[in-house]
Amino acid sequence: MAIEGADIVKAAAFLGAGISMGLGAIGPGVGEGITAAKACEAIGKNPAEAGLLTRTMLVGQAVAESTGIYSLVIALLLLFVV
Amino acid sequence: MMEFDAQAWVGAAAVVGAGIAIGFGAIGAAIGEGYTAALANLAVSRNPKISGDIFKNMLVGQAVAESSSIFALVVAILLLFMDMGNATMLKAAALLGAGLCMGFGAIGSGIGSGFPAAQACLGLSRQPAASARLTTNMLIGSAVCQTPAIFSLVVAFILLFMDFSAEPFNPTWAALIGAGLSTGLAAIGSGYGGGMAAGSSCEGVARQPETIGNVTTIMLVGQAVAQTPAIFGLLVSFILIFKVFPETAQIQTAMALLSAGLCTGFGGIGPGLGNGMAAEGAVRWVARNLPSAADLMRIMLVGQAVSQSTAIYALVVSLVLIFVV
Repeated sequence: MAIEGADIVKAAAFLGAGISMGLGAIGPGVGEGITAAKACEAIGKNPAEAGLLTRTMLVGQAVAESTGIYSLVIALLLLFVV
Repeated sequence: MMEFDAQAWVGAAAVVGAGIAIGFGAIGAAIGEGYTAALANLAVSRNPKISGDIFKNMLVGQAVAESSSIFALVVAILLLFMDMGNATMLKAAALLGAGLCMGFGAIGSGIGSGFPAAQACLGLSRQPAASARLTTNMLIGSAVCQTPAIFSLVVAFILLFMDFSAEPFNPTWAALIGAGLSTGLAAIGSGYGGGMAAGSSCEGVARQPETIGNVTTIMLVGQAVAQTPAIFGLLVSFILIFKVFPETAQIQTAMALLSAGLCTGFGGIGPGLGNGMAAEGAVRWVARNLPSAADLMRIMLVGQAVSQSTAIYALVVSLVLIFVV
């Protein structure tokens, strides 16, 4: 029954994985939402450039996504490696 | 001696849970209604002749926004005065989870429902002839905003009334608190985001009343996508509540389950907000540029799908925490 140091490390790693992915998901979600909202505004103002605007939006969102992917990588490291 | 301890813990969890439920649960509705009142004042100053209509519309909108904090009040009163039956330590965890779930879950819906109500009041001053269409659109939009609070209410009721006494204490306590956090936190973003979409649709209807069909449609599609993170939260809560976890003396399993709840809960906030922002932009511009409605719908959905991805990562990490480790 005695809880050893290794158990506490493992427990903390699990908790950390959840917090990492959970909080890490907030920023990209909001940021990509702002990008999409502004892309809609731009298409509303200039519908002829819809294709170019969609491409620009997706590239911008892909960059914003990177921090979410960092969180995912860290969470998976905490889950399976630590 | 042991029995007395459990009784004391259940009592303590009930009062703490009640405080959290109504304390946090009061935040959203108060902000949402305050915003409605502020824009109603602005509307009256612009068009004092129809102050009676604006006042009525303000009260109807505020009544809808109020419902999320009434849910929180109901849960708080149940926690304070309900007969808890046989007290076990698990019951204490379930009561705390119920309080957390309803408290956090009422924030987003309360603020979100304020946006359509406020924009409908302002819209009345701009376009008094469209008052019936504005009020209908406001009611549809703010009703959808309440769904995340209703999800939280459902989870809080399950945690309050289900009998967990047959299940082992150790991992299950964390599962129950995690279940409350998952739905409660994920509801914040979805409620707020759904409100943003509904607010700009009321603004759009006031600007161009004849576009109401397209505006309401894209609002509902946008809100439906913005609800997804709250549905992920509900899904993880149901798994945590209804899955039976084998008894263990280890602390890792409990932390993994608690962490699963936190992960989907926090992970749902950003995508819920982001989806709402995308929908807000699309709805606003459908009202201004109706011929581009199809393009706007497409780019809104693409943008929302990308914004959703982090909520899906969070869901995957939660499911790994529950089923794999």
